[in-house]
Amino acid sequence: MSVAYEAVIGLEIHVQLITQSKAFCADSTAYGALPNTQVSPISLGHPGTLPRHNRSAVDYALKMGLALGCNITKENHYSRKNYFYADLPKGYQITQFNTPICEGGGVNIRLKDGSRKTVQLIRIHMEEDTGKSMHDQDPRDSLIDYNRAGTPLIEVVTAPDIRTGEEAYAFVTEIRRLVRYLDICDGNMEEGSLRCDANVSIRPIGTSTFGTKVEVKNMNSISNVRRAIDHEIERQRGILDAGGAVAGETRGFNALNGTTFSMRSKEMVNDYRYFPEPDLPPLILSDQYIAAVHKLMPELPETLFNRFTAELGLSEYDAGVLTDDKATAAYFLEVVKHTANYKSAANWVTVHIRGYLNEHAVGIDDFPLSGKRIADLIALIDSGQVSNSAAAQKLFPAMISHDGKSPLELAESLNLLQTGDADLIESIADEVLASLPQKVEEYRQGKTGLLGLFVGETMKRSKGKADPRKVNEVLLKKLGA
Amino acid sequence: MKISEEKVRALAQLARLEFEGEAMEQIRADLDNIVAMCEQLNAVDTEGVEPLIYMTDAVNVLRDDVVHQDISHEEALRNAPAKDSDYFRVSKVIDQNK
Repeated sequence: MSVAYEAVIGLEIHVQLITQSKAFCADSTAYGALPNTQVSPISLGHPGTLPRHNRSAVDYALKMGLALGCNITKENHYSRKNYFYADLPKGYQITQFNTPICEGGGVNIRLKDGSRKTVQLIRIHMEEDTGKSMHDQDPRDSLIDYNRAGTPLIEVVTAPDIRTGEEAYAFVTEIRRLVRYLDICDGNMEEGSLRCDANVSIRPIGTSTFGTKVEVKNMNSISNVRRAIDHEIERQRGILDAGGAVAGETRGFNALNGTTFSMRSKEMVNDYRYFPEPDLPPLILSDQYIAAVHKLMPELPETLFNRFTAELGLSEYDAGVLTDDKATAAYFLEVVKHTANYKSAANWVTVHIRGYLNEHAVGIDDFPLSGKRIADLIALIDSGQVSNSAAAQKLFPAMISHDGKSPLELAESLNLLQTGDADLIESIADEVLASLPQKVEEYRQGKTGLLGLFVGETMKRSKGKADPRKVNEVLLKKLGA
Repeated sequence: MKISEEKVRALAQLARLEFEGEAMEQIRADLDNIVAMCEQLNAVDTEGVEPLIYMTDAVNVLRDDVVHQDISHEEALRNAPAKDSDYFRVSKVIDQNK
C-alpha cells in the first residue's frame, strides 16, 4: 500500500536590481553590451581597490522589505563569501550573512481554487552578481564576460511553506508583479533578471521531520518553476515508493522534456568561510531614512486589489486582471476618476481595451485614448444615448482612429445615437404588438418570457437606435394594459 | 590543536592547491606552527571586547547611482594571462564547486 506524501518546498529568488550602476562601483549594468566593456578594477577584483555601496541598491532592497512587511535591520554589515570560480574575480562574493537587511515578512498568494495562503519569508539580503561563463563556445577554454559581475541583487529566501508547484508558481508570479510595481527589477526570467532555485523534499503526510532535500535550478520561466517542482515531487515519490532513498543533490531542469537531471552531489559540503567585509563600513538605517524611502513607494497590487474589491465592488477576477501590472491599474484609476460606474470601467479596461492591446501587441502605455475619454464613453452608454453593442463595435474603434473627437461627436456622425423619443418608440411598439397578436395573447396568459421577443423586435425595427430601457418600459406598460 | 592530513586536504581543496608526499608533511607541520602561534592569543581576556572589523568609525559611505566607465575594454583585458579580443579565457571549468 502506497504512502501519501506531501512536498516541502522553499524558494530562493535572486532579484537583479535595475540600478544604473553596479552595487559597489560605477560600471554600467545595461544588459546586452559587448563583453567586458562594463568593467572596472573594482568589478575585476584587482588588488588595492575599494568598493562603495550604491545608495539606490540599498533603497530598492528597503522597498522590497517594506512592501513585504519585513523587519528592517538597522545595523547592516557585509560579509565575504569565499569560493573559487572563474566568474567571481575577487574569489569572494560580497553578501550579507549575519545581518540581512530584511527579516521575516510574507507574501500573500491566491490559488486557482480561490483559497489564499501566506508564504513566510526568512530573509532578504543584499549581494552582488557574478560574471557569466560560456563553456560551449570553444573546445578548450571557457570564455568569461564580467559585464554582469557586481550587479546588485537581493535574494529572497522563503520558509519551507510551499507545498505544490502551483503555490510556487503563484509565489513567483506575486514576487515578479511586486518588483515591477516597485520598479526595482524588470522581472525578466528569460534574461535572468529574476532567478528562482527551489529546495524540494517530500515526507509522509502527518510527519513533521523533513525528507532529504534536492535543490532544483535552471528554471527560466514561471511555468517552468511549476513544471520542475511537480516533476521533482513525482520523481522523489517514485524513489520512496520503490523503497529507495532520495539523494541530497543539485538538479537542473530540462525544459525540453520537463525532467530534472543531476548536476552535482552535495557530498562535498561547501565551506564558504564567511567573514566580515572590512572594506565596506557598516550601513546604519535610521527610522527617518526608512520612512523617506517608504514615502516613495507606489500603492501595492494587494492594496489596490483589496480597494477594487471592497470599495469599488469589483469581482476578484476583474480586480486581479486590473492589478496584474502597474500601468493597467493606473489606467483604470484614471478612468474611475471620471466615472462612478466602476463595473463598466473595469469591463472596458479588461475586455475591450485589453482586446485591442493584445490584437495590436502594444502595452497600455501606448494606448491612444485617455482614461477621461473612456469615462465619457461610459457616460454616453449610461445615459442611454448609445447602446453597449454599438459602443463596443463601432464607437470604440472610431474613437481610436479619430482620437481628438469626443465620443458624442463621433456617435452623431456615425448615426449611432439612440432615440429616447417616446412617441417614436410607442408607435414602433404598437406596430410590433399588432403584428404578433398570438404571442401577445400567450404573454397575457403568463408566458412573460416573451417580453424579450417584443423588445428585440422593437429594437430591430428601430434599427438599433431605440434605447432598450425605454423600449422595455413602454412595452411593459402596453402589455400590462 | 594538531592539524590532520585530512584537514590539510580540505584546505588544499578550498585553495585549489595540491600537496603530496613530503610537501604534505611540510605544509601540515607549518600549519601546526601557525595555529600554535595564533593560539597564544587565547591567553588574552577578551570578555566584553567588541571585535574590531573596521579601521575607521565611518558609517554609511554610499555613492550615488551614477555610471562612470573608468577603463577601456583593452585595459580591462591587458593583464589577463589568457584572452581573446572579447573575453577572458580560462581552462574549461565544469560546474563543480560553486
